[in-house]
Amino acid sequence: MRALTGKVVLALSGLMMASPAFAEGYERDPAAGWDHLWREIVIDITVIGVIFSVAAIYMVWKYRAKSDDEVGRGPKLSPAAALAWALIPASIFMADDFFLSAKGWTLWNDYRRIPDEAKEIRVTAYQWYWEFDYGDDLVSEELVVKKGEPVVLRMTSEDVLHSLYIPEFRVKEDVMPGRVTYVWFNPKRTGEFVETCTEYCGTAHAEMYTTVRVVEEAEYEQFINELKEEARAANSVKSQS
Amino acid sequence: MTMQTFKEWFFTTDHKRIGIMYLVGSMAAFVVAGLMALLIRLEQSSLGPTITDNPNDYNNWLYFHGAAMVLAFLIPGLTGFFANYFLPLMIGAQDVAFPRINAFSIWLFYGAIILALLSFVIPDPPDVMWTGYPPYSITTTGNTAFYVFTVHLLGFSSVLGAVNFLVTVIYMRAPGMGWNQLNIFTWTTVAAFVLQLVFIPVLASAVTMLLFDKYLGTNFFNPEAGGDVLLYQNLFWFYSHPAVYVIFLPACGILFEIFATMCKNRVFNYKACVYGGIWGIVGISGFVWVHHLYVSGMPDWLRIGQMVTTLLISVPVGLMVMSMWGTLYRAAITFNTGMLYAISCLFLVLSGGLTGIPLALTAITVHLSETSFVHAHFHFIMAMFSAFAMFAGIYYWFPKMFGRYADGPAATLGFWLNIIGVHVTFIPLFIIGVEGMPRRYWDYQMFPQFEPYHQVALVGAFMVAGGMAVTILNWIYSAFKGKVAVENPWKSCSMEWTHAPNCPQAGNFPNPPSVQPEWSPYGYEDREGNMAATTDPGYPTGPTAKPAE
Repeated sequence: MRALTGKVVLALSGLMMASPAFAEGYERDPAAGWDHLWREIVIDITVIGVIFSVAAIYMVWKYRAKSDDEVGRGPKLSPAAALAWALIPASIFMADDFFLSAKGWTLWNDYRRIPDEAKEIRVTAYQWYWEFDYGDDLVSEELVVKKGEPVVLRMTSEDVLHSLYIPEFRVKEDVMPGRVTYVWFNPKRTGEFVETCTEYCGTAHAEMYTTVRVVEEAEYEQFINELKEEARAANSVKSQS
Repeated sequence: MTMQTFKEWFFTTDHKRIGIMYLVGSMAAFVVAGLMALLIRLEQSSLGPTITDNPNDYNNWLYFHGAAMVLAFLIPGLTGFFANYFLPLMIGAQDVAFPRINAFSIWLFYGAIILALLSFVIPDPPDVMWTGYPPYSITTTGNTAFYVFTVHLLGFSSVLGAVNFLVTVIYMRAPGMGWNQLNIFTWTTVAAFVLQLVFIPVLASAVTMLLFDKYLGTNFFNPEAGGDVLLYQNLFWFYSHPAVYVIFLPACGILFEIFATMCKNRVFNYKACVYGGIWGIVGISGFVWVHHLYVSGMPDWLRIGQMVTTLLISVPVGLMVMSMWGTLYRAAITFNTGMLYAISCLFLVLSGGLTGIPLALTAITVHLSETSFVHAHFHFIMAMFSAFAMFAGIYYWFPKMFGRYADGPAATLGFWLNIIGVHVTFIPLFIIGVEGMPRRYWDYQMFPQFEPYHQVALVGAFMVAGGMAVTILNWIYSAFKGKVAVENPWKSCSMEWTHAPNCPQAGNFPNPPSVQPEWSPYGYEDREGNMAATTDPGYPTGPTAKPAE
């Protein structure tokens, strides 16, 4: 018995190690995982939807009353049949639920486990703009990140609830006063993307958006240098006055 | 209207008149909130300012549309109008248990409607959406108190209604009527009222704390003073997710009544539907609220746990769907306008329910939350499915209420405009939602590529507006001038048709009914051969239902 338990544990841990989500060095990308799971779910719900739609259309057509005083002949279920008609569909629905839960949990773990090498940028939300802090008092109102380097955003709000949403990276999390929340993503291609607020925050809620620029390393260094220049200029103005 | 009839209605304690008043009030709220929806669609139909250059106007429309549709149309329409008018008739009761409290409920409801409408004339109307999240609802210059007091009045009205109807069903069923002889609609209404009774106090306490924070300087939700900014959201959705079932369940109940009657069939697997489906939903409903907070910074274990419970809702809902589909099996289907709407609901519940499955997954919702995908999803399941079920019910029971038919070319035209219109409106919103279009946006400068989709949605919205105008005018016309209906025109077996005449008077039943153990509201097969007799209103009818001695 003990040998068997040992084997089961060995097999399970082997499976877990083989599973990509747990493997070392696997380049995780929640956005790609999202697209993959989304495709599977769309197939899943389309199949269910088509089965029930076709069944409904077929029955509405097939069982039209032939005469005015015809009555339906739906089966009167025996207790055993009634139980089976409850338990079997319930089991099928539950099987699908647990299948999707497992998939969703795996992806969720990807979303929440920040890679060690991730660059940390602190985000503060205000009514109605964003502030990105790259460390050393380097602050900008657009988000600039290096291609290929995972980024974690540590976010808080100075006033009301906001929500940081970058559709391109499939990430969103509320930003609120008194708490720090986070999202991380893996910018894989250069380009300009939208970051916008998705928690209703008042008059200019719809205008609380900015740009996410994913750039090559050289351009990133240049951007940081520009921020340093600005900071230095601001400091000298401060010290002069 | 003479003074006499006005007094009769104003001071009435008759459940049917109170029901009609709920119908009028909730339809009035529907019309005004529907006009807000048109304004919203118009504003979004082009980039930049379209019909207003003040985003606050748009936010006020959103607030009114959401709050009025959910709190003043769907819930009072289903648990106020339908429950009031038909539940006592279905269980063979002469009225509800506490008719005066029932009258008090309707006047609280009208008070709330007046309060909600006043928000159009006060200087700083509420702009907190129907959810009212702090800290915004506390720091805004908008008048959050109007929101809070409207919720209080409606909540008090619903709690009183809940007590009233639960007592009515427990104690006032016709002699001999067992629990397994109740109509599915009665079961769904009982379940909805249980949910209201359990969960409304939570919402009431949440909005009361909001009131205290904003006007009395308390700090329940202020983190700087030790409050918790997320507490409100938890309390709000702890009620407001079950509230979705307060709407969904009676809507399903209406559909079961129509399907059973128009199919002349027994409800497939009645006990699985009632004890597994309806009560299964009630059982799970309190454990899924966090799926509204998947991106709100909840602890990870809670997000995962409630992902599983949320997905498991598909089990009781699936059992109800099996019973609904099963009722069509080997049926003898006849069609009327009510049945058309009911059949359309078979598809609306699929598109609305199945699009909820991706949203149940935490990791998927991270992208879809607060986009127009969510917006389209809950409009399909909560707005259209439930509203179309209500329209189905209104057409189906129209002869009972007014002694006249509302079916006809206008009804059919209204139906097709509505069903095509809602799809033209919301399918584009599904598509751009997956692409990232946020909801509650006055403008979308960052996503200019979505403009054509909003324009298609606008066309759909005008189709629905046309369809609803035709439908409502048709109801008003038909109530006074429609073709006079025969008794029990759809040849139903259910007690409100077999034992009460059209336009029942106070007391409901010429001969108070009692039922035999083998009686069922869906006993069509046993009544074969007696069907012809039921077109003639010789009361009582049915082989096993007998008048009380």
